[in-house]
Amino acid sequence: MDQQKDNLKVVIAGHVDHGKSTIIGRLLAESGSLPQGKLEQIQESCRKNSKPFEYAFLLDALKNEQSQGITIDMARCFFKTPKRNYIIIDAPGHIEFLKNMVTGAAKADAALLVIDAHEGIQENSKRHGYMLSMLGVQQVVVLINKFDLVNYDRNVYEKIVADFSTFLGEIDVAAISYIPVSGRHGDNIVTASENVAWYKGPTLLEQLDSFAIPRQPVSKVFRMPVQDVYKFTADGDERRIIAGTIETGRIKVGDEVIFLPSGKESSIKSIEIFNHPEENETGAGHAIGFTLISQIYIKAGEVMCRKGEKLPEPGNRLRVNIFWLSKSPMIKGKRYKFKLGSTRESAELAEIINVFDASDLSTVKGKQQLDRHDIGECIIETARPVAFDNIKEIESMGRFVIVDNYEISGGGVILEKDTAGKSVLNQHVTEREFLWDHGLVTPQLRAARFHHRGKFVLLTGTKESGKHELAKELEHSLFNMNLNAYYLGLNTFMKGLDVDLEKVIWNRDEHIRRLGELARIMTGAGLIFISAIDDLDRYDIEYLKQLNSPNELLVINIGITDYEAELNLPENYDMKTAVNEIKKTLNRENIIPEYCI
Amino acid sequence: MYKEMNHLEKLEAFSVYILRESYREFKNLIMLWSIGKDSTVLLWLARKAFFGHVPFPLMHIDTEYKISEMIEFRNKTALKWKLNLLVGRNAKALEEKQTFPDGKTDRLTCCRHLKSEALKHTLSGEWPRYRLNHDSEKFELDSNTEPYTGVIVGVRADEEGSRSKERYFSPRDKRSDWNVDDQPPELWNQFNTDFAPGTHLRIHPLLDWTELDIWEYIEKESIPVIPLYFDNGKGKRYRSLGCYPCTTPVDSEAENVRDIIDELKTGKFANIAERSGRAQDKDDGGGLETLRREGYM
Repeated sequence: MDQQKDNLKVVIAGHVDHGKSTIIGRLLAESGSLPQGKLEQIQESCRKNSKPFEYAFLLDALKNEQSQGITIDMARCFFKTPKRNYIIIDAPGHIEFLKNMVTGAAKADAALLVIDAHEGIQENSKRHGYMLSMLGVQQVVVLINKFDLVNYDRNVYEKIVADFSTFLGEIDVAAISYIPVSGRHGDNIVTASENVAWYKGPTLLEQLDSFAIPRQPVSKVFRMPVQDVYKFTADGDERRIIAGTIETGRIKVGDEVIFLPSGKESSIKSIEIFNHPEENETGAGHAIGFTLISQIYIKAGEVMCRKGEKLPEPGNRLRVNIFWLSKSPMIKGKRYKFKLGSTRESAELAEIINVFDASDLSTVKGKQQLDRHDIGECIIETARPVAFDNIKEIESMGRFVIVDNYEISGGGVILEKDTAGKSVLNQHVTEREFLWDHGLVTPQLRAARFHHRGKFVLLTGTKESGKHELAKELEHSLFNMNLNAYYLGLNTFMKGLDVDLEKVIWNRDEHIRRLGELARIMTGAGLIFISAIDDLDRYDIEYLKQLNSPNELLVINIGITDYEAELNLPENYDMKTAVNEIKKTLNRENIIPEYCI
Repeated sequence: MYKEMNHLEKLEAFSVYILRESYREFKNLIMLWSIGKDSTVLLWLARKAFFGHVPFPLMHIDTEYKISEMIEFRNKTALKWKLNLLVGRNAKALEEKQTFPDGKTDRLTCCRHLKSEALKHTLSGEWPRYRLNHDSEKFELDSNTEPYTGVIVGVRADEEGSRSKERYFSPRDKRSDWNVDDQPPELWNQFNTDFAPGTHLRIHPLLDWTELDIWEYIEKESIPVIPLYFDNGKGKRYRSLGCYPCTTPVDSEAENVRDIIDELKTGKFANIAERSGRAQDKDDGGGLETLRREGYM
């Protein structure tokens, strides 16, 4: 079957008004890529609106855009040469639309960076160059445009090449070539220009055809972020399918696999593809599914790796470079959503090490927040460890985005795990306890009066496991023994103290944080504070434990869990026995006296 | 054996990724199925993504001016693939004959009534939805009136200008408006999948596909398509399907998928826009852009 050749995605970027759209328009027209009538249609429309025709109008597909005269979003256009097909992504050059430029460039295989020969290197020429390097675009070509306006002067060319390659060198980028062009007159776009006879390099079209199409990284170690786990039961389908897109490497039926960060292991039983003959091997690039020989509980967000190969490193305190694109700054102490591969994790900005301005590479020390268009070297902390790879080895497993206020607001690359610093939580608790305004009644006096110490009793387990009923019975039973027990239902909490979180996307961790702070107060008041939450994992529990410190936490789990609770109860527990078991545990830990059992 | 992926396999893998991402992140998801080749390919990709299942309903907006073979094909396919199919229409406009064929409106207003309005109100649950009962093979009024807020649509960037600015995940506000100027960034394989309550979302897994890709994929996977796309024996076939008063067949003797591919690659359609047989596109320069803001697909 004679199918089409591969697509190469090329982004065209640069400072506003340096002539990107004109270059693309010219390229489309001269290479015969326009649909019949398109050129005439635009020329006709220009005539109607009494404005001179420009090649740039070919791209201005939107009414809105034409009226403003700047490219607002990235427009894609399709174009082909005898060698292959291209998708040209037109990235806006105005600083206001940097986020659109970034969107266009992030999916590109190669980039054309346009610099106006007459105006020279501008702020966004550099900023875009910087962004291309952060986004991981490997093939960069600089087009020195409007060369007609400088009378095709070789000295102008040499000066821009010298200055810009120095700049790119500082950010570890080397441009493949610098092409002097004129979009308006067509020099060196499709045909070599006689106006610059001294220039021996390729035309734009020749350059495009010499870009390499990135190959799927099958020779690297195997990584597949688990996108979802499916169990569709329709028509008696029994398969439990681990689905995802393979980032790197290859894998065969029978291979042993390990999921990180959980560390669970199994082997590949089958490779699942709809409407396709059976396969026993697959690899990078495929959006695929697997069944495993054993039923292990895996959640979306883990990374499937092959045993015996180098594994990614899980970490929750990460040194990163972040570029921030949102109007509201990235600040410390706020929870953001962190997305890497298929992982979604709550994260916060722990420290800002350096902030620099991408337009001139100057460094600003001592900044307390990342403002729009800042690039910062920072420490971020995720609520749970995330599995990541070194950006130099597996690019896609070392870069992430940050979601704030429902939108991707920034992106970045992980430099390394930070092991030196003290965690944000740890610092917070230390500071809080230091500044705590204690009354005159000490915990000892309170315990002597109440005949028990304060304690946070937390019940957890799967939904419907009867945690809340048990929590209430426990409160009642302790109360009847003259102990100061207090049960807080989560619904009460959500509709009261946490009512402001209803509209916050990433609110689970904030609920947990507030519960932890509240527990510290309630246990400080000497109470046996009882609450129940579904499905806590070991990190949630560790978090609550630290927030409640220096007071104590007792975790009671119902059903199966991978966390080691102080007390594990079966799902079909007997109420009376369960309450007694909890009381025995409280006694054993010297919280309540023996006569209460 | 692992083989280097070709162009179609890459397109397929990416669309599957977008579909799985949608299913993971959104409740109240629905896929629009116009019965045409693009949305039928989209439906096939959903079966790819979910290993033979389609875990969300499909919606067809019936203008009652659809070519009759389309409805036949729709029902037959839905029964065969066990699809959860919902149908909606603008009953009021049809009853009051506020349509172009009735001579009471222009083409674009007719599209607005029978497509945009019908779609908006059927998605929101304000207007009745009819669900295909697989036992009786009849459509029955659906008791579920919950709004569908995540809508998977088979638009392609190469179709016409206004579509080339779309994102894979594209939010509309509550009134289905499309704020083209201020879309959040998309980075690498990370898309905006968090939205404020009340946001309506269009999801576009086919954005990077071209008309030729669609036909080559149909050939590769042997996906069934309506015979209207092929020469009916009189040297005419439809290149793009819509309502019969506004869609005219093109002159072509392509009898099968392979003929169509050849025609698109080297033949007479190699340089002619696909929607050239769709009359509403020609009515007004910015008309489709306006309709898209209002939710037209």
